Amino acid sequence: MGEKTPQGTLKRGAGTLANRLSSARVFQQVAAFLSLILLVLFFSFASPHFFSVRNLVTIGLQTAVIGIMAMGVTYVIITAGIDLSIGSLLAVTGVVTALAIGAGAPIAIGVIAGAMSGLGIGLFNGFVVAFGKVPPFVVTLGMMMTGRGLALVLTDGRPLYFREVPEFRLLAQTRVFDTVPLPVVYLFVVAIIAGFILKRSAIGRYIYAVGSNEEAARLSGVNVTKIKLFVYSFSGFMTGLAGVILAARLNSAQPAAGQTYELDAIAAAVIGGTSLMGGEGTITGTMVGAFIMSVLRNGLNLMGVSQFWQQVIMGLVVIGAVFIDTLRKQREAKAT
Amino acid sequence: MGVPLLDMESISKAFPGVQALANVSFDVCPGEVHVLVGENGAGKSTLMKILSGVYGRDSGEIRLEGQPVRLANPRQAQELGVSIIYQEFNLLPHLSIAQNIFITREPRKFGRFFVDDTRLNAAAEQILSDLNLTMEPDELVARLTVAEQQMVEIAKALSFDAKILVMDEPTAALSETEINELFRVVRRLRDRGVGIIYISHRLQELKQIADRVTVLRDGTKVGTVRWEDITIDDLIRMMVGREVSDVFPERSTAPTEPLLTVRSLKREGVLHDISFTLHRGEVLGVSGLVGAGRTEMARAVFGADRPDAGEVRVNGEPVMIRNPGDAIDAGIAYLSEDRKRDGLALNLTLEENVVLASIPRFTDRLGLVQRRRAEERASELVESLRIKTPSMQQIVRYLSGGNQQKVVLAKWLCREAEIVIFDEPTRGIDVGAKREVYNLINQLSENGVGVIMISSELPEIIGMSDRVLVMRDGRLVGEFARQEASEEKIMYLATGGR
Repeated sequence: MGEKTPQGTLKRGAGTLANRLSSARVFQQVAAFLSLILLVLFFSFASPHFFSVRNLVTIGLQTAVIGIMAMGVTYVIITAGIDLSIGSLLAVTGVVTALAIGAGAPIAIGVIAGAMSGLGIGLFNGFVVAFGKVPPFVVTLGMMMTGRGLALVLTDGRPLYFREVPEFRLLAQTRVFDTVPLPVVYLFVVAIIAGFILKRSAIGRYIYAVGSNEEAARLSGVNVTKIKLFVYSFSGFMTGLAGVILAARLNSAQPAAGQTYELDAIAAAVIGGTSLMGGEGTITGTMVGAFIMSVLRNGLNLMGVSQFWQQVIMGLVVIGAVFIDTLRKQREAKAT
Repeated sequence: MGVPLLDMESISKAFPGVQALANVSFDVCPGEVHVLVGENGAGKSTLMKILSGVYGRDSGEIRLEGQPVRLANPRQAQELGVSIIYQEFNLLPHLSIAQNIFITREPRKFGRFFVDDTRLNAAAEQILSDLNLTMEPDELVARLTVAEQQMVEIAKALSFDAKILVMDEPTAALSETEINELFRVVRRLRDRGVGIIYISHRLQELKQIADRVTVLRDGTKVGTVRWEDITIDDLIRMMVGREVSDVFPERSTAPTEPLLTVRSLKREGVLHDISFTLHRGEVLGVSGLVGAGRTEMARAVFGADRPDAGEVRVNGEPVMIRNPGDAIDAGIAYLSEDRKRDGLALNLTLEENVVLASIPRFTDRLGLVQRRRAEERASELVESLRIKTPSMQQIVRYLSGGNQQKVVLAKWLCREAEIVIFDEPTRGIDVGAKREVYNLINQLSENGVGVIMISSELPEIIGMSDRVLVMRDGRLVGEFARQEASEEKIMYLATGGR
């Protein structure tokens, strides 16, 4: 509790730590983080191979692509939108990179082309949502199909390999200090930047405001159209980055890559406390959500649980996480 | 007159902090239109909600055709023959007229599973033709005009064999011909022995249908009289009835140069040729009935809805207002009527809400929000408005209603707007909080801010305003200086007198 005046109002200054922790937004993150630690402890005891540098690095590598996509879609979901197209965009952007490099462009140009193709398609999504007033679900569902089709058309349905430029794969396969693969580094760098923008910048505030109450935001002078264009472009751009990383890791661009990744990315955001109703969500939460998914998958693998059962368990985890969050909100609403 | 259809005796009802009704008695006879009038907050809707089983009563008795009844919920009231048509219709726009009338009571065929559309439409047709209406039962409700939707509500009430029909401000959104059509249907129902309770502010219209009228004021009954025995002037006096008390703080400002000039503002079918001037340090009251176009005017000036024509000048300079962002840049703030719906981002924090309209002021060159400064400014405002909260990081959803109202105020105080439009600033808040709002408005005007105050409460309009504008049907129909304004004169213009 802060210092109080006789009337019971708050004196100037920020809330104390305890106060901040009790705030609703933080709770889900803490809860998710604790679940992550519990999972790690559990698997450490369940499998001797789990808690090793090698395995933890593998988990990081497995999280990188989904994690970066999940951060992009978190922005969109906070505005009460959705982006279902990112799984297909992952393939499109990888293919665009491969085509650019295959046509003789330097690696840097290829990378930029991949990221920008993601941004461009994202901008298109945003344009139709903001100006056409078409529901985001429909726009991005359509783009999911169109994007997949484009990836197949551009490659004739066959994977493209980076045979002429062996250095390209170093973008993903280099290891810092001979242990940490670059994608893990990218993941954390991108998370810091994305988190910083969301939490600290004016545009970040507007993103929450639009998702919390679009009309109130508009009547407060927020340019709602601009914010929507931004979040869908951002989601496309992040997917572009992820697409390049995946292509470098596989040393090829696969037109079939990334199927159902959009659902994993959305699930990561939701497990991390992002509300599909808009106005709530953080990058930290989404990171924790993404790691919960890959730790689960990795740990269950090590324990020898079949792929089929893994899917069953992952699905139940998503439902359970949101159910617990809903229960907490109901209790909170009753308490006040 | 025999046994009344409905007899409500000595009804009392209290809400925390307010005695909404004290010993109010009210009755309706078969084949009668009994009009219920009173200012906002007089207790009309509370009384009707008790009748329809939405609220319980603290004391008193309700008898239907002489039999005491308990009305536990709206469904039960409906089954006993009491139907209410609220201002906001309870219709499902994507279903047909017939489906709406008989929802949950559809005739079935082949057992319980299939709806018998033929019988459904025939039954609806029967009710509609009883009312002399020529609508097709299978027409979608979404395609109907407001007036037609109202007829569907009436038809639905009749399908329950309503003995008592309550109509709340039924003509608010209707054109003149539609009103005549409505009155024809009301008279038809009356002739069939239905008892009609008719709530309205539009006194001029009532002479076409009213048999008796009951006036409520501040939760008590002023009286019930036969319509022939009273003039409209007397009726207004009964409704207003009190001295303008000292709830309104002293004001010591003199309006100076013109601050906001609006010329020939038009929006097709909504606003007609609105022109007025607001001065620095002035409180300009805007009065009128619900639906007179007051909120629409405010939204047009603020850019929330784009007008078709019109010119707005601030400080003599023409300004182009295409959206709220432009209006805010020009120094205009708008506190909407429904603050919860379009004033607050409920799942954001107190601090985020307070600075929302002023983010550019707390942003550095890199586009980052300087949180410490934002939080300091927000907590200054929270302190000066005495908003009760455990912290600046409290989610606004969990603040009390009164405190939420103040958060919206804080948002615009933070922005330091020159022109502030208040739309029903004291709706739904208690007397103490009202006084705080009045003090704040006066303080703003003393600082040279121009205030436009839209209000349905006449004492408030007269007590607070330097000048009063009266609106009706999207037009400005009158203007009074503070000295010459009276509740009677305003009410007369607002209700359609000339």
